[in-house]
Amino acid sequence: MDTLLVDRRSFLKVSLLAGGGLILASEMEGRAEVRADGVFAPNPFIKISPENGIVIVSKNPEVGQGIKTSLQQVIADELGVDWKDVTIEQADSEEAKYGPQYAGGSTATPTNWDKLRQVGAAGRVLLVRAAAQTWDVPEAECEAAHATVRHKPTGRTLRYVDLVAKAAALPPVDLATVPLKDARDYAVIGKPISGVDNPKIVTGKPLFGIDVKVPGMLHAVYEKSPVFLARVASANLDEIKKQPGVKDAFVVEGGDKHEGLASGVAIVADTWWNANSARKKLVVKWADHPTAQQSSVGFETRARELSTQAPTKILRSDGDFDAAVTGGARVVEAAYSYPFIAHASLEPQNCTAQFKDGKVEFWAPTQLPQPGRKLVATTFGIPEDAITIHMTRIGGGFGRRLRNDFMAEAAAISRQAGGVPIKLVWTREDDMHHDFYRPAGWHFLKAAVDGTGKVVAWKNRFVTFGEGETFANSAGISDSEFPARFVPNFRLETTIMPFGIPTGPLRAPGSNALAFVFQSFLDELATAAGADPVKFRLDLLGEPRVVTNPDGKTPYDAGRMRGVLELVAEKSGWGRKVPKGTGLGVAFHFSHQGYFAEVAEVAVDAAGKVKVNKVWVAGDVGRPIINPSGGTNQIQGSAIDGISELLRQEITIEGGRTRQSNFHEYALLRMPEAPPVEVFFKDSDHPPTGLGEPGLPPVIPAVCNAIFAATGKRVRSLPLAKTDLRSA
Amino acid sequence: MPYTLTVNGKPATVDVPADTPLLWVLRDALDLKGTKFGCGIQQCGACTVHLGGAAVRSCGIPISSAAGKSITTIEGLSADGSHPLQKAWVEIDVPQCGYCQAGQIMSAAALLRTVPQPTDADIDRAMAGNICRCATYLRIRQAIHTAAGGTALTSTRQGE
Repeated sequence: MDTLLVDRRSFLKVSLLAGGGLILASEMEGRAEVRADGVFAPNPFIKISPENGIVIVSKNPEVGQGIKTSLQQVIADELGVDWKDVTIEQADSEEAKYGPQYAGGSTATPTNWDKLRQVGAAGRVLLVRAAAQTWDVPEAECEAAHATVRHKPTGRTLRYVDLVAKAAALPPVDLATVPLKDARDYAVIGKPISGVDNPKIVTGKPLFGIDVKVPGMLHAVYEKSPVFLARVASANLDEIKKQPGVKDAFVVEGGDKHEGLASGVAIVADTWWNANSARKKLVVKWADHPTAQQSSVGFETRARELSTQAPTKILRSDGDFDAAVTGGARVVEAAYSYPFIAHASLEPQNCTAQFKDGKVEFWAPTQLPQPGRKLVATTFGIPEDAITIHMTRIGGGFGRRLRNDFMAEAAAISRQAGGVPIKLVWTREDDMHHDFYRPAGWHFLKAAVDGTGKVVAWKNRFVTFGEGETFANSAGISDSEFPARFVPNFRLETTIMPFGIPTGPLRAPGSNALAFVFQSFLDELATAAGADPVKFRLDLLGEPRVVTNPDGKTPYDAGRMRGVLELVAEKSGWGRKVPKGTGLGVAFHFSHQGYFAEVAEVAVDAAGKVKVNKVWVAGDVGRPIINPSGGTNQIQGSAIDGISELLRQEITIEGGRTRQSNFHEYALLRMPEAPPVEVFFKDSDHPPTGLGEPGLPPVIPAVCNAIFAATGKRVRSLPLAKTDLRSA
Repeated sequence: MPYTLTVNGKPATVDVPADTPLLWVLRDALDLKGTKFGCGIQQCGACTVHLGGAAVRSCGIPISSAAGKSITTIEGLSADGSHPLQKAWVEIDVPQCGYCQAGQIMSAAALLRTVPQPTDADIDRAMAGNICRCATYLRIRQAIHTAAGGTALTSTRQGE
């Protein structure tokens, strides 16, 4: 650190020159040590200076989940500053400095809630201490708010920016014991705050990965085999190199892992349009690849064959299913299935990189920067510390950007292009053809209810993808997935099929499909039992209690689920009369530490056209809801996103490749189909958890169950178009 | 060859191939990054700009057709973010990821120019060409009503 030694008389002058001034040494000695950067930074998250005011650093990638706002609300509140006085700065990927930095699993809120309150409080404590020492009064007589310390008995005040020097000279405080605010005193936490980047978004400022511009940068496109992981055999590179604006074209060697660098042809040009125009003349011969034999139809046929054969594994067997099902008063059997679906984040995959002199600098829209660094280090045999990653705002992730294939590609292209900075931008077709899809799945269910309407037996054969006994990514199921532990005679069997299709987590992975299956089948059981769907579910949940596995792990709080189920039933007017052709449906699901119950009101006309009139959501994610504005936005978006998946989304594999290429073939829900979504957060005495994912899963079965209530027809296969809902 | 057009009130000359879409002229030749690339086939609306006052998808308009015309992008909608739609978008906290929102605002601005007090049905019709992958549709609708100077005309659409 650069320091300047100055005498007291020149202090003021130096302060101004240094943009504020941080006095480290004692003024009693007649001189002060001023840090050239002039900043009070008690930890990597807080920077206070007279020049730049109060800066809070946002450590995680912002992907639309609102984390760049909400986590900083936590720090700001404990620090004792007003939101309007805070500037938010995006961190680079530096986990040694900031701790884990990623956007996934709805984990940022629960894992940072304590830590970032401590971070903010540590700053406040030091500033209060600095003021108390200045006045020579006990700290207990001082209070901090609005970036000002006030001495209560005398009313004297000192602004934080005027305490920078003194506070910076104090020894650091122990985060574990730093006193935190009482929840009743929260002034920023729990307030609806508009996203920090909104003013830039609505004026079109460059924020996203695709907007990055680096001096000397060239543009690239990258063509990979439509059959996953097939290698380039040959390409007409000489002709491509002659195209207007093209600077270079070459084959990039790839590996055999979906998550890594795949073989392809790169075209580098002065503009993206020129690169992409040249690509239209590109002729690549791809080597044969066994995945070319695979198709969605083939998977479906094979899944049905395998469903009657011995399972790969019995994941759970409680009680005696065979005996119980024989003794059941009513037995229900049904087969459910769902397709591959794509993430289709609106910002196509892209990445800017410069690979020069053994080092790589990235400007990357990634949800998982640190694993991206590892992937690049491994792929190119360079040390991790030779890689710098600047995190850009991300135009939607939904789990797609938990994979960093685009980082490896951008680095490879820059390297082969001689170290020039490269902005790689995929087309929408690239994005749809080379996703890590939500895997398809098949469930063959059989269950029994007894004479009192109680579910006594439940068996599920889940046919899914993977290798040996290992599930493919996001194609698995937990042995504790509901209704495990709530049905005495319970059996969960799996059959695993090998395949060559890349899969990965998509918003509420697993849950986004399993909730559809289990909450729809539960509705079938309620019908068989002649029971009201809400009451049937409350009976299944039983008394409020926390259910765990024998090892005490994987808790499921039946009381919290009852709470949201009762709340949503009340708010939706469950049980009310609805017109003919209209129905109410209910479902609940626990995932990502959140308890959610949802009711949908749906109208189906004689032609079988479905209109979702409204959705009610009740969620329990503890308290407080750090940002009720962003939180409600997440849940409304989740519900509509789920309806979008239900209505039309399907990726079809044919000949080892994805048939759909763009939004004309992969239709996302548009405004005219977006129903109102009313959101209720149940106040509960639990620490806060995440809101990005758990609101999605229940909406799909809630709508399907409402369709049944309206028409008497069960939706057992997604998307909805596979079910004929026309009136006879 | 060089083409001249007016962008946000200022003349601009660009030397690009004739088939270059207006979108890429704006983004790369003129460095106006607010207009976004989403699909390239006029399906998603992320690239919406005004051409002669009407909302158009700039990914489908070659520069040869845009030459000589007057274009407004999100950067030119107001000098300082003070257009009623921009203010409403921030006030209502519409964006999630934010990627589609420039296109949404440009479609909404074209609507308000012709229908100053739109109903929900008017809004749905005008905005159906713009995908929001995060599904912020309810707030978009609400923000358009707010910018139009009123609250939603049908209360069931409020949703919160």
